[in-house]
Amino acid sequence: MSDILVKIRDLHFSRGNRKIFDGLSMDIPRQGITAIMGPSGTGKTTLLKLIGGQLTPDQGSIEVDGLNVHQLSTGKLFDLRQRMGMLFQSGALLTDLSVFENVAYPLREHTKLSEAMIRYMVLLKLNAVGLRGAAEMMPSELSGGMSRRVALARAIALDPMMIMYDEPFTGQDPISMGVLVSLISELNNALNICSIVVSHDVPDTLSISDTVHFISAGKVVESGSPETLRNSQSEWTHQFIHGDADGPVPFHFPADPIKDDLYR
Amino acid sequence: MIFALKGKSLFNSLIDRIQHVGAATIHSFQRLGHASVFLLEVIASCTSLLTRPLLLVKQLHSVGVQTLIIIVVAGLFVGMVMALQSYYALIDFGAEDSVGVMVALSLMRELGPVITALLFAGRAGSALTAEIGLMKATEQLSGMEMMAVNPMQRIVAPRFLAGVISMPLLATIFSAVGIIGAYLVAVELLGLDSGAFWSQPQNKVDLYLDLYNGIIKSLVFGIVATWIAVFEGYDCIPTSEGLGQATTRTVVHSSLAILFLDFVLTALMFTK
Ligand SMILES: Nc1ncnc2c1ncn2[C@@H]1O[C@H](COP(=O)(O)OP(=O)(O)OP(=O)(O)O)[C@@H](O)[C@H]1O
Ligand SMILES: [Mg+2]
Repeated sequence: MSDILVKIRDLHFSRGNRKIFDGLSMDIPRQGITAIMGPSGTGKTTLLKLIGGQLTPDQGSIEVDGLNVHQLSTGKLFDLRQRMGMLFQSGALLTDLSVFENVAYPLREHTKLSEAMIRYMVLLKLNAVGLRGAAEMMPSELSGGMSRRVALARAIALDPMMIMYDEPFTGQDPISMGVLVSLISELNNALNICSIVVSHDVPDTLSISDTVHFISAGKVVESGSPETLRNSQSEWTHQFIHGDADGPVPFHFPADPIKDDLYR
Repeated sequence: MIFALKGKSLFNSLIDRIQHVGAATIHSFQRLGHASVFLLEVIASCTSLLTRPLLLVKQLHSVGVQTLIIIVVAGLFVGMVMALQSYYALIDFGAEDSVGVMVALSLMRELGPVITALLFAGRAGSALTAEIGLMKATEQLSGMEMMAVNPMQRIVAPRFLAGVISMPLLATIFSAVGIIGAYLVAVELLGLDSGAFWSQPQNKVDLYLDLYNGIIKSLVFGIVATWIAVFEGYDCIPTSEGLGQATTRTVVHSSLAILFLDFVLTALMFTK
């Protein structure tokens, strides 16, 4: 078994005429927390969807656990996905099922566990995210932050080898934020898995991750441990970590100069 | 000079319009192709329901049973109105005893399948599109895919099959209730002889030609209406606007398709 779980090589991907990825390469180790950070709209969610095989790259390859995601048959891809957990930015809970049934869903689909065993496991996972008391509620009765925690419980239901977190921290109050941050790192250590965290939240993400990749304009700008990045000489990294308004990181979506637009 | 400019812009706008028509045509055919591939996938996915019949039962309830009430009420009134109208028309010829057979034949051959299908598209079809489209917009379908669950099998197939099974049953109920409505008006209200009302349909309605053909029609309408509904939902642009447009398209396209197919099927079935 190699130490690299996800191997991305020369990835190209476009939406319409807009290039989202332009030759991105990245290695994600089998163990530990890898953070992927970058300005809003650079394609972090898109990258996770490419890794999960929901989108197909124009060029380049993505290997997960030695398998080329985009050359697998549907059956093989589904087998692989059972070993991947993904936490969507929106939660993506099934709205016609209760919280309990949502977490039980992957267990019912993919295992033949007894009802008692399913109940045991679901309550355990819900307890881990602090929502055991909400088991009988419907998704429409939850707040955004609570939905995301239920979705996390669901993502870990099958004890996957990797979990992809898309913005797990947005919409959390300071307490559940703290709990979530330590939960992600505890889960990672306890299960000895690969966690990929996509986030804007610089201090908390840097505090738990082992490796960080900054992406911008379709490429990796800089990678390394949080320590090296904090002391990085790169203007770009410095600006992103400190949230300065001025610097090489563009705040604006690509556009014509404002003068041309306003006085057309 | 001005004339030349005008001529040029006229020419350009003409070209623009032709291009527009061409693009729209290509787009329509592409969507038709998409929809056909989608239909094959749905049909292939239906086999997975053998292991999960409960999913189908649940959808039969929400697609079929919940449409029942509007079908029964509409059937009753259509039957009653038909009895009135045919009574007034036939009595001039002393043929008012034929009210029963006239209503029964019109309902079984045409009105039952067609009106049921139109109501079905408006009630169940639009709901299917909205439901599936909203699941897409809220990433529930993507979420299922990432849980290694195929939404074609768990979401689309049970809804499609439920629609296809429900339509012939609903159309049959529509016709039956319509005939009862006609009986109420003709016999109870207008005082027609009950024996005459029932005996003529018994003699003149043909099991194959009338009943079976009506059921085949309603089956075809069911397949088409449900196919359009689930496709529009699955294929919609996942925004509130896109969803609204998809729901409208479901109702408009299925209604037109039903009326067109009714003509084709009638022409094929009832040639003498
Ligand atoms: N369905 C789509 N169709 C067309 N363009 C899209 C679509 N989804 C995303 N995009 C484009 O792809 C780019 C990357 O989107 P993505 O959602 O991956 O960004 P992100 O890095 O996750 O941003 P955020 O941090 O705000 O979540 C965006 O600029 C967006 O314009
Ligand atoms: Mg995102």
